[in-house]
Amino acid sequence: MSEDGAGVPSAVAAGSQDQGGTGRTLYLEIFRYNPADPDSEPQFRTYPLEETPGMTLFIALNLIREEQEPGLQFDFVCRAGICGSCGMLINGRPGLACRTLTASMEPRIRLAPLPVFELIGDLSVNTGKWMRGMSERLQTWVPATVDADIDSIEAPMEPELAEQIYELERCIECGCCIAGCGTAIMHERFAGAVGLNKVARFRLDPRDTRSDGNYYELIGDDDGIFGCMSLMGCQDVCPKSLPLQTQLAYLRRKMLRAGLIATG
Amino acid sequence: MTLSARALPARLDALQSVSGLLLALFMWAHMLLVSSILISEEAMYRVARMFEGYYLFGRAHPWLVSVVVALVLLLMMLHAALALRKFPHSAGQYGAFRVHQRRMRHGDTTLWWWQVATGFLLFFLAPMHLFGMFSQPDQIGPYASAARVYHTHWPLYLVLLFAVELHGAIGLYRLALKWVVLPGRPPQQLRHRLNLLKWGLSVFFITLGLCTLLAYFRLGEQISDRPGLRYPPAIEVNP
Repeated sequence: MSEDGAGVPSAVAAGSQDQGGTGRTLYLEIFRYNPADPDSEPQFRTYPLEETPGMTLFIALNLIREEQEPGLQFDFVCRAGICGSCGMLINGRPGLACRTLTASMEPRIRLAPLPVFELIGDLSVNTGKWMRGMSERLQTWVPATVDADIDSIEAPMEPELAEQIYELERCIECGCCIAGCGTAIMHERFAGAVGLNKVARFRLDPRDTRSDGNYYELIGDDDGIFGCMSLMGCQDVCPKSLPLQTQLAYLRRKMLRAGLIATG
Repeated sequence: MTLSARALPARLDALQSVSGLLLALFMWAHMLLVSSILISEEAMYRVARMFEGYYLFGRAHPWLVSVVVALVLLLMMLHAALALRKFPHSAGQYGAFRVHQRRMRHGDTTLWWWQVATGFLLFFLAPMHLFGMFSQPDQIGPYASAARVYHTHWPLYLVLLFAVELHGAIGLYRLALKWVVLPGRPPQQLRHRLNLLKWGLSVFFITLGLCTLLAYFRLGEQISDRPGLRYPPAIEVNP
């Protein structure tokens, strides 16, 4: 990567540490607000930063915290798009800071916390609280119907089925689909793509013995699948590229059937 | 919860989709038939008589048109009542969605806003047109329609044209995304094509509608000095 910085004016290169700079100065406009501090006023504050090759927003935010603003709050764990902690509004759209290269954007970048979720401070939101509430409402687990015998070998599963389940299991609960959903923005109890995708996942699982009628009880209303207006925000912002349109359409058909069968 | 109350959300969702589908298809058929004036005055005359049952009963019955209009109005009322469930219904929801829409700059989210706005317009504008057709079904013909367009109705039809053709095409596009598991990998390619098709259809029908409206307007202008003039058909109807 160091070759990328060759030929960059020395003043700029000196601004970055071991790597050469790209010659661009970024201006990160970051939402600042601490709800725990009564004197804190919500505002955007701009932080200039010399861009380095391969810089992600995650790297940029860490540099700002190290060099300019030690009190800046934002979340991250894995740096690799696996933990789902660093979801934020990047120029108005939900995305993961660690998966967003600054080189792909104009130098002026606006960062804000994900809406819908409770604000902890600055860019940090409590997605966990929301996800837990959704999980409890939608019962996103395999209900234990028989006492498990931990000494016997688990029933085998067809590789194709395991693959299908895994495809949906890739969801990292980053909250981007909720923040990108017009319905979730208006209706706080709406399960959103993350919740409905989970139901789709458990529906596939042979260990989950619930019927479509049971799932209908959980998502067969306007807070569930019938609340979805197919705005496709979820599909277009999902950092894991989950097949959300496909799953939502499929689930809608199954739940319509389950709902109509209920009355005969 | 009783069984039928439990099934209500599923039924309402399906009914909204079905009523929307029927209305959208009706509107396209309507546009194509109305545009028969672009072929000739005689073509439009025959289309109008066809819907009065002339070719079926050998005699024109304008009340048949009133029946169809009443059914369309009922279907529209059903669709409107169901669609109202989706409208933002508080200042908080309205504000939250508008902020979200401007922030996201996301095509399909913005389209939904246009669907709400055009749907709202149609609540008021469509019944104006429908009541006219219901109460005066015999006033549909090349000269009678042209006179109506020219003298009073062209602003209504102009706004209706844009509202209907945008609302219907967006609705059908959304219907596909709602119910159809798009095949292909990635399905996004198909969605992109559907979106292009949607715009293509809107542009086609709006263009056709503008040409048709202009044709009626000019015809109405030509006959404006002869109020109440009826088209002298090549075929004899109800002599």
